[in-house]
Amino acid sequence: MPSPRYRREMPQRYRLEAGKCKGCGKIFFPPRLICNKCGSEDFEQVVLPENGKIVTFTIIRVAPAQFEAEVPYAIAIVELENGVRITTQVVDCDTEKLEIGNEVKLVFRKVQEEGKTGIILYGYKAVLA
Amino acid sequence: MVGIIGYGSYIPKFRIKAEQIAHQWGKDAVAIKRGLMLQEKSVPGLDEDTITISVAAAKKALKRCNIDPQEIGALYIGSESHPYAVKPSGTVVGEALGIVPDFHTADLEFACKAGSEGMFIAQALVKAGEVKYAMAIGADTSQGAPADALEFSASAGGSAFIFGEENILAELLFTHSYTTDTPDFWRREGAFYPHHGGRFTGEPAYFKHVQGAAKAILKKSGYKPFDFKYAIFHMPNGKFPLTVGKKLGFTDEQMKPGWVVNLMGNTYSGSSPTGLSATLDVAKPGDLIFMVSFGSGAGSDAFIFKATGKITDVQNKAEKVREMLADDPIYLDYGQYAKFREKIIMNE
Ligand SMILES: [Zn+2]
Repeated sequence: MPSPRYRREMPQRYRLEAGKCKGCGKIFFPPRLICNKCGSEDFEQVVLPENGKIVTFTIIRVAPAQFEAEVPYAIAIVELENGVRITTQVVDCDTEKLEIGNEVKLVFRKVQEEGKTGIILYGYKAVLA
Repeated sequence: MVGIIGYGSYIPKFRIKAEQIAHQWGKDAVAIKRGLMLQEKSVPGLDEDTITISVAAAKKALKRCNIDPQEIGALYIGSESHPYAVKPSGTVVGEALGIVPDFHTADLEFACKAGSEGMFIAQALVKAGEVKYAMAIGADTSQGAPADALEFSASAGGSAFIFGEENILAELLFTHSYTTDTPDFWRREGAFYPHHGGRFTGEPAYFKHVQGAAKAILKKSGYKPFDFKYAIFHMPNGKFPLTVGKKLGFTDEQMKPGWVVNLMGNTYSGSSPTGLSATLDVAKPGDLIFMVSFGSGAGSDAFIFKATGKITDVQNKAEKVREMLADDPIYLDYGQYAKFREKIIMNE
C-alpha cells in the first residue's frame, strides 16, 4: 500500500468516518463523491458505530507472506448497528468457535508493516464484543 | 481545582502462566510464584503495540467523560516500547482519537515511570491554564530476555487519564517527584532486551526512590498513611510494592484493589497507572488515594488524589480493570508466546 494513499485514508481507517448522502441518507464507507442511489454530490461526515454483528466469515489458512504468522485468521463481513457493512479481520478469538451472528466491536490495530524498516499501518479490526 | 475527569485502561486478551515460562527454562514455578508473587501476565497480540494499547485505553477514558476530543490541548504518551525509534506515537494516537491538529504532543521515556511523567506534565499544563484538557497515557509491550527473571513479569497494557478543571472525578491534591542518577536497569539504543543490575534493582533503586517520593509527599501534604483509603506503588513484581507499602506504614487492605500485578504482570509505564485505574474503579466519594510510580534510572512520581461525588457516576461507563483481567483470557503456551513476542528468528 503506497504511503500517500494511507495518509489520505486515515479518517476512515483510524476514526471510521463515513459519508452520509444529504439527498437520500445513504451512508457510504469508504466515503464517495457521488451517491450511487440518488446521484447527489452533497455529503455530510458521520462516524460509524463501533458495534455490529458477523454476517458471514471465512477462515484464511494460506496467507500472503506478510500475514503468515497470523494464520488461521478470520475475515468477516460485519453489519454495524446502523446497517453499514464492512469487511474486516476478526482477531483475539478462537477461529474454530466463531459463528455467524456473533456480536463484535471494532478496535484500532496494526494492520500491516511496510517491511521491518518501513512505516507501520494502522486501522480497524473486529473483536468479539 | 485540577483533577482526573476521565480514566480508562486496556489489557490485551492473551496471557501466559508462570508455569509455562518456568517449565521452558527448567525453573521452579512454585518458588517463583511464591517469591515474585506472579501467577500470569498479559501478552500483546501480534497486531498490538504501545500505540494500539494507548488508543484502546484512551477511548475508555473518553467514554467516562463527555468531552470533545478536539478540546484536548495536550497528549503525552509514556512508554519504553514506542513502536518507532524516530516518529512519535502521540501523532498516531492523536489522529485516531480525533484530537489532531491543534494540540501539543510528546512521547516520554523513563523506564517504568514514563506514564506518571505524562500525568505530571498534563496536570501542570491544565493547572497553568495553558490547555483546557490534557491527556496522559502510560502503555507498554515490554520484553524480558528469555530465561531472565524479567520474563515472568514483563507484560503489556496501558492506562489513560484526562485532566481538567470541571466535572472532576478525582481531585489532584499534591504531587512530588524524586529523582537521582541510578544505573539499575537500562537498554541501549538498538538492543532488543534490557539489562538490569540484579540485586542492585532493589534497595538502592526501587525502595530508595519510592520511599523518597512517598515520604516527601506525606510531609508536604501533612497526611499520614492511615488517612488514605487506597495506596498504589509501582509493581515490578508482586512482592516489591507490598513490601515498600508496609515499610511506609500502609496496609494490605489499602493496597489490594490496585495490586493487579499477580494477574497482569508488570506493564512498565502502564503499571502504577493501571493500579490507579483499578482503584478508581472501586473508589467512593471522599476517598483519599496515594500513588507512587517508579522508573529505573531512577525516579518516582508521587500523587495524592481525592475522589469526588462524580466518581460513582462514571465507573460503569467503561470496562473496569478487574473485569478485563477476568474476561475469558486466551492462554498461550511458551511456543505460541515466543511467536507472539517475535522471539523466533524467521527466514526473511
Ligand atoms: Zn443519495
